Amino acid sequence: MTTIVRYILADLLRTRFALAYTVFLAIVTMALFQLDNDPSRVTLSILNIVLMVVPLFSIVFATIHYYNSYEFMTLLLSQPVKRSTLLLSEWASVAGTMAGSLVAGVGIPSLIYGALTQVLPLLLAGVAMTCCFVSLAFLASVMTQDKARAIGISLLFWIYFSMIYDGLLLLVVYSFSDYPIEKITLALIALNPIDLVRISILMEMDVSALMGYTGAFYRSFFGGTTGMLFCIVMMMIWILFPLWISRRIFMNKDL
Amino acid sequence: MKALLLILLVCLACVTQARRITVKEDVSLKNAVQNAIAGDTIMVSAGRYKPGNLIIRVPLVLTGVNQPVLDGEGRFEVITVQTPGVTIRGFRIVHTGVSSIEDFAAIKVIAGHHVTIDNNIIEEAFFGIHLSNTDSARISNNIISHTEQPEESRVGNGIHLWKCQGAVITRNQITGHRDGIYFEFVTGSRVESNFSHHNLRYGLHFMFSHQDTYLNNRFESNGAGVAVMYTHHVTMIGNSFIRNWGPSAYGLLLKEIRDSEVSQNIFESNTMAIYMEGSSRITLSGNEFRTNGYAVRLQASCDDNHFARNNFKGNTFDLATNGSLVMNKLDHNYWDRYEGYDLNHDGIGDIAYHPANLFTLISERIPAAMVLWRSFTVYLMDRAEKAIPSLIPAGLQDTAPMMKSYDRLASTR
Repeated sequence: MTTIVRYILADLLRTRFALAYTVFLAIVTMALFQLDNDPSRVTLSILNIVLMVVPLFSIVFATIHYYNSYEFMTLLLSQPVKRSTLLLSEWASVAGTMAGSLVAGVGIPSLIYGALTQVLPLLLAGVAMTCCFVSLAFLASVMTQDKARAIGISLLFWIYFSMIYDGLLLLVVYSFSDYPIEKITLALIALNPIDLVRISILMEMDVSALMGYTGAFYRSFFGGTTGMLFCIVMMMIWILFPLWISRRIFMNKDL
Repeated sequence: MKALLLILLVCLACVTQARRITVKEDVSLKNAVQNAIAGDTIMVSAGRYKPGNLIIRVPLVLTGVNQPVLDGEGRFEVITVQTPGVTIRGFRIVHTGVSSIEDFAAIKVIAGHHVTIDNNIIEEAFFGIHLSNTDSARISNNIISHTEQPEESRVGNGIHLWKCQGAVITRNQITGHRDGIYFEFVTGSRVESNFSHHNLRYGLHFMFSHQDTYLNNRFESNGAGVAVMYTHHVTMIGNSFIRNWGPSAYGLLLKEIRDSEVSQNIFESNTMAIYMEGSSRITLSGNEFRTNGYAVRLQASCDDNHFARNNFKGNTFDLATNGSLVMNKLDHNYWDRYEGYDLNHDGIGDIAYHPANLFTLISERIPAAMVLWRSFTVYLMDRAEKAIPSLIPAGLQDTAPMMKSYDRLASTR
């Protein structure tokens, strides 16, 4: 597996996409630090990047990469290589590259401006987010045979999780506003990795005081060990479950 | 005229009789206070005294030389004044008793008008200075602090006034008490240049205290900020409300306040800079709102308030409201989020600014919707609403937003 990962990584680095992504993140982060010298406000802006840009780039790039290395995969599978090993190697290399770019692109400027401690939870969340959306990209890729359709499905995933889901959540909150629905919204939030990361990061910051009763309730939950564990477990599920399904499909798929 | 002359004569008589007594130990201090005649001056030398409860029944001047310590031993109220015309200055009063039945204070004045309390240091007191039914009191240059920070029921207010008139409270510093300054039925008074910070509950808290003026005070990092209620004709000018941060902290909470003026104040880094409920005819002008969570939260129960020439900079939400009917006026404010233009270059934006956004409106009506804060969907909805307003009350707008912020560096202290 390590040999395969090494080859894929070399291939990935040759495309220079990872480098471009790192530079892009670094420039944006630097610009944010230049514009505003309050680290907590910069953190909020970086949160927007983690919530919007990271999932989009991860899912689109992973899908494109899958189809670009389709022939390579077919070639390898003609050798005595297990299908699951190949898929996992692909996943590990793509997720590793994207996560590495994120850590370098956001982490190094933050380190330069001396705000790494504030940005660190965000980086961890960003890495989890990257892994999750790479898994979803693999799921989208194995669901179809066609690159264009796969990218379409990927974008659909992204739009669903970053926009449509929140619209539905608002509808639920609105419809049941007469009931104490904090616990239910908590469960609903866990069903969307973007919301999960958004809320858990907001609760880490003192802006949660603006969120009134809801904020206080969530803060007491996410502030404790249970909340932290819940967060980590849910994120793990969001990374592993799509990957597991895509592995199953990939195993039985006619390539 | 005759009566006046008589009073003058009596006063003169007092003055002539007045003695100057110096005390150096507990017993003599107690005796001096007990046997004093009107107009005496008791000079208390430096040292540590445990006088129990000193009750002052005649007008006198009690002066501490080199800040002598009066210790309440955690059991007593230290000084109780029951007569008008007393002056207490230059003491360090520590460790009063704590009680849930009685309001033990370092200095308590009951029905003693024209009292002067000056230059004292009060530490670990239950109540700091407690005045009731006392007119024309002067409280200045005292430092009142409580460092132990027990729960709210175990510590009283720093300066507590009940049913007083014409008090002047200046240059005091209060920290670690329940409320820094607490007024109930206090009228025609002036509170100036005090610094009330890190109190457990409110920096300033008053009710039914009409015609009072608050100038150049600083209220910082208090548990719940400043809350004022059920009062008319309040003037608040040049105060600073800073870093009152927490789920239920307010820079300034105005509940049922009317016919008042709040101007040239600075509100910085508060969860909610101003929260208004049931308040009418308040002029809020020339204030500076910087980096607050909510700058103004204006409940629909407010009417005829006028926001003019304020600066709104770097607040998370500029204005939130919960109703559709707007009976307040906003004009000539500067909003850093204003995106309009000024074709005729008169410094006033040509299109109105709507400071409330859709999300604040939704979350005022459905608090649970706050879970969606900073979600991309919410951002899209806000932009859509800005482009084609349909839900935000149309009247809630600044009709003449300023293009440039007011420069108040000169007035910033």
